[in-house]
Amino acid sequence: MEKKVAIIGVGQSTFVRQYPGSIRELAFDGFKDCLLDAGITAKDIGASVVCSAPEYDKQRSPAGVFAEYLGLNPQPTFYVESLCSSSTTGIRLAYSLVKSGLHDVVAVLGFQKMSEISSSESQERMGRGADIQWESPFGTMMPAYYAMYARAHMEKYGTTPDDLALIRVKAATYGQINDRAVYRKPVTFEMFKDPENIMGRPVATPLRVGDCCANADGSSCIIVASAEKAKSFCKKPVWIMGLGSATTSVNLAGRDLFSGLSAAQDAARQAYEMAGVTPKDIDVAEVHDCFTIAEMMAYENLGFAEPGEGKELIRGKETYKDGSIPVNVDGGLLSKGHPIGATGGSQVRTIVLQLRDEAGDIQVKDPEIGLVHNIGGVGLYGNVTILGR
Amino acid sequence: MGKKKEVDDRFKKFGTVSFTAITKTNDFITHLENGKVAGTKCLDCGAAFFPPRADCSHCLTSNMEWFDVAGSGKLVTFSKLTFAPIGFEADVPYCIALIDYGPYKVFGRISSDLPEEDIQIGMEMKTVANTVSNGQLNYVFAKA
Ligand SMILES: [Zn+2]
Repeated sequence: MEKKVAIIGVGQSTFVRQYPGSIRELAFDGFKDCLLDAGITAKDIGASVVCSAPEYDKQRSPAGVFAEYLGLNPQPTFYVESLCSSSTTGIRLAYSLVKSGLHDVVAVLGFQKMSEISSSESQERMGRGADIQWESPFGTMMPAYYAMYARAHMEKYGTTPDDLALIRVKAATYGQINDRAVYRKPVTFEMFKDPENIMGRPVATPLRVGDCCANADGSSCIIVASAEKAKSFCKKPVWIMGLGSATTSVNLAGRDLFSGLSAAQDAARQAYEMAGVTPKDIDVAEVHDCFTIAEMMAYENLGFAEPGEGKELIRGKETYKDGSIPVNVDGGLLSKGHPIGATGGSQVRTIVLQLRDEAGDIQVKDPEIGLVHNIGGVGLYGNVTILGR
Repeated sequence: MGKKKEVDDRFKKFGTVSFTAITKTNDFITHLENGKVAGTKCLDCGAAFFPPRADCSHCLTSNMEWFDVAGSGKLVTFSKLTFAPIGFEADVPYCIALIDYGPYKVFGRISSDLPEEDIQIGMEMKTVANTVSNGQLNYVFAKA
């Protein structure tokens, strides 16, 4: 394994329904958590990359605002976005900044304060992450797009709504024991069957309330560093082994695959090749479960299961902590929450803690290689990151 | 004071809520007003586009002609929304869907008079111009 670029610090805020502060204050929480973890100061950071999806708050160009608030002047900073995958796009950029030798230490700051707008406004914003000219005028929204994938997956492979409910139950199992999660309550399979329970209420058929992730306010921070800096600052560096990133047509009319996400398949292939590993080598994974169907497709697109056989993994509890391939044992987007721009960084944090053997109650036994799958839009952007200890 | 310039913003008529006013494919709206759903075809390479494009990224040219989305295609997938984004509340419930015509696909809504239990993946559907209740224009899929 190439040990050239490391992650030397990880942090995140607690994900909450409504953060009682401004976006710079929200960013401070994740940043502070990360600096304390890394044992460095703002002076040690050569550049920062700020990541979020635009239009949830009023601040234009948040990078400059955060740099001042976090003590990162006069170092350079800039903003990147790829919707829900913004902060792993930030990691990709940080990797290239460090690998090129331009900077030794780069902070990747992800944030989103979704509570600034209402839930239906939020659906409209997310819907406009798709094709605003030709699709949004029909009244599209994220759950409906993913529901179209769910319907196609069910038709092709016999996946059932019950299989999807099992994924939600797993997420809640771990969300309950994650003190950074927004949704700490249990979810049972029976709740989906109970007409009185909100979990089974349809949102966009065949997806129900229980199939959808929890909106949240949150921030995350990851410190990426050169091998030299990693050795001087850090006892347990985690190495970036593989990076994959791909895109597909924004308009569904331009796509051919509806039982999986082609950008995730392409990104996974690149990341495995760069890392020199196969799906069998992955010991623990974080996947982008914005909806239950998204986790099901991730099992297959990442090669943890053959296409159509993802349901066997969840039916057999293979993706639980003690299963053959633990997935989202921090509660995932479904229960930990999905503050868009902070999500990828939070996923990376979980995997880094796992590889350092510091994951506490959710620690998987002795993992050596972990994977992060982070998707922007409806499979529009796909980032896969492979980390090793 | 100069004379007020004419702005061709026909596209603001598209869909329940349009998020685009000005596009080089504004003729799409005039076709809809005439009861036709139209795509564009590149005169240089022959590629057919739906949604219509003004430019061909393959040829780097803009020599397009309009064609009618005619005949029928197969339903690829669909979803019925029971919760709508802001601006679409009055339309609920509605089904969004994708139809495969072979050389191109069409994304849109299923006609509201077709009950969900009669909708089957793979069924043959046609695309028809439609007026939304608020007077805007779109197109819907009906049984072929
Ligand atoms: Zn052409």
